[in-house]
Amino acid sequence: MIRKLLGLLFFLAAVFILLPLFIEVTGRKDLYYVMTSVALLSIASAGVWLTFYIGRINIGQGAYALMGGYVSAILVMSYSWSFWLTLPIAGLFCAGVSILIGMPILRLRGVYFAMVTLVLTEVARLLALALPITNGAKGITSIPLPGSISIFGVTLVPDFVQVENPRIAFYYVAVVLMVVCYAGMYRLVNSRMGHLCMSLQQNEELASSIGVNIAWLRVVAYSISSFCGGVSGAVFVAATQSIYPSSFTVTDSVNFMLNCFLGGLGYVFGPMLGTLVLYLGWNLLFSTGQFQLLIYSAVMIILMLVLPNGLLSLGSWRRKG
Amino acid sequence: MSTILDIKGLTKRFGGLTAVNNVSFSVREREILSLIGPNGAGKSTLFKLVSSFLRPTAGEVLFKGERISSLAPHIVARKGVVRTFQETTIFRNMTVRDNVIVAHHLRAKATLLGYFLGTTDARRDVAAFGSSADEILGFLGLDAISGEIARNLPHGHLRALGIAIGLATNPSVLLLDEPFAGMNHDETMKAVAMVRKLRERGLTVLLVEHDMPAVMKISDRVVVLNFGEKIAEGTPAEIQNDRKVIEAYLGVEDEAIGL
Repeated sequence: MIRKLLGLLFFLAAVFILLPLFIEVTGRKDLYYVMTSVALLSIASAGVWLTFYIGRINIGQGAYALMGGYVSAILVMSYSWSFWLTLPIAGLFCAGVSILIGMPILRLRGVYFAMVTLVLTEVARLLALALPITNGAKGITSIPLPGSISIFGVTLVPDFVQVENPRIAFYYVAVVLMVVCYAGMYRLVNSRMGHLCMSLQQNEELASSIGVNIAWLRVVAYSISSFCGGVSGAVFVAATQSIYPSSFTVTDSVNFMLNCFLGGLGYVFGPMLGTLVLYLGWNLLFSTGQFQLLIYSAVMIILMLVLPNGLLSLGSWRRKG
Repeated sequence: MSTILDIKGLTKRFGGLTAVNNVSFSVREREILSLIGPNGAGKSTLFKLVSSFLRPTAGEVLFKGERISSLAPHIVARKGVVRTFQETTIFRNMTVRDNVIVAHHLRAKATLLGYFLGTTDARRDVAAFGSSADEILGFLGLDAISGEIARNLPHGHLRALGIAIGLATNPSVLLLDEPFAGMNHDETMKAVAMVRKLRERGLTVLLVEHDMPAVMKISDRVVVLNFGEKIAEGTPAEIQNDRKVIEAYLGVEDEAIGL
């Protein structure tokens, strides 16, 4: 218990104080953008992780990230809504769509579900190209920065235009959302919902024989997953101030899944670590030029062979030994 | 004794094959009724029809006078008709105790959101499920292994765990799928005693079984199927002397039906 609390405190200190401090000292301001991306991608990956937790391989999170991004961008641009209001709306919109899509496709298992979700991302991209409201291949650009939030005259979040460096502001937004997302996910997995998801993952027939409405539970888990994807996409769009049909592609969907694999499917915080390692790893390999993908894939394959339960299984292995 | 489960004209066809053909019988409250028959007689199909894991082509199943066939299995479970599976169907990667705790789902008073937020109801449920799981594990003699991961259990224990999972749902009727299969004599005798204890808890037990001596020993009544049709129904003594039953098992030595 105390160890967990200390771990949590250290983690919070690291992301809120130590990392910004490190960046200020070394002057590597570009790292803010990198870490913002990691935080946002890890939110989308957390969603994918939850679908893994009910025993489904989800390679379609890119579709929801794209959808969330467009919902936020359109509401901000065409209806001049505040970004902060569009954030939950984007999440809820994705959750709603995922319920409609999920009801038929969640009956599928294994590779069949994976294949359908893989197609989803491509469908989302083509829809974004074809629909009039998304402005086709030109996308939506020069999206204004988020405004301020104030309650009773007290400014909680300053207007991003007036902030000295909006990147720092986005970093904090992303990290706060990530912390909230993972805290929620941790609580969910350790509450009854998590136990039921686990029962679903291990044996759906038995779960329904003990009275679990498996169809309903699957849809709920999938919609929470898509909510994460939508929120993550919406913040991404705000941070880059633009969105195109190719902002989230099949590659991103695959990466969300790989993040979960790499971190460990049995650990709530697996996707967070996985995202960090994969994102930084990919960028570090940039200097190897044409060999980047080759080395990256080789390392991934080796890691999956050596550590099938993910990076976090190293910790539990040490404790057991 | 009043009727708790009424099976009326149940028929199931798979394409051209009629697996169960117009079978009717009733199960009385607090009795142990066994469903037997040679291989391929349609026992398993009938079992799945009763627990609503399959929809009947014709006919219906009434539980306390209410039609339960063609409802979703989780709703049938909620009404109080719960099936167990053969041994491999458990939550493999959970501990024995967690298997039983999660199976308390139907007794939950709090909603999933309530559990997420940790409301008073939810905390009360969690405590109640824990002690109820311990009671069930004690009742079935599994208390010593409650911390084991389920996939590591030997098979006698797996069977008992399957029953423990079923009991956790607090059923009125428990359907047991071959509870004695693959057991040696001693294990079977223990399992027979266990099923009798289930009845003492107030449960009605319907079981599908191959092991004739065990069936004859345990059952109040026996229903015999052959080629999807009911050929006999009665007390074990009546069944053992029934010509049709003996013919159905022809080619099998008389000992096989416990004579």
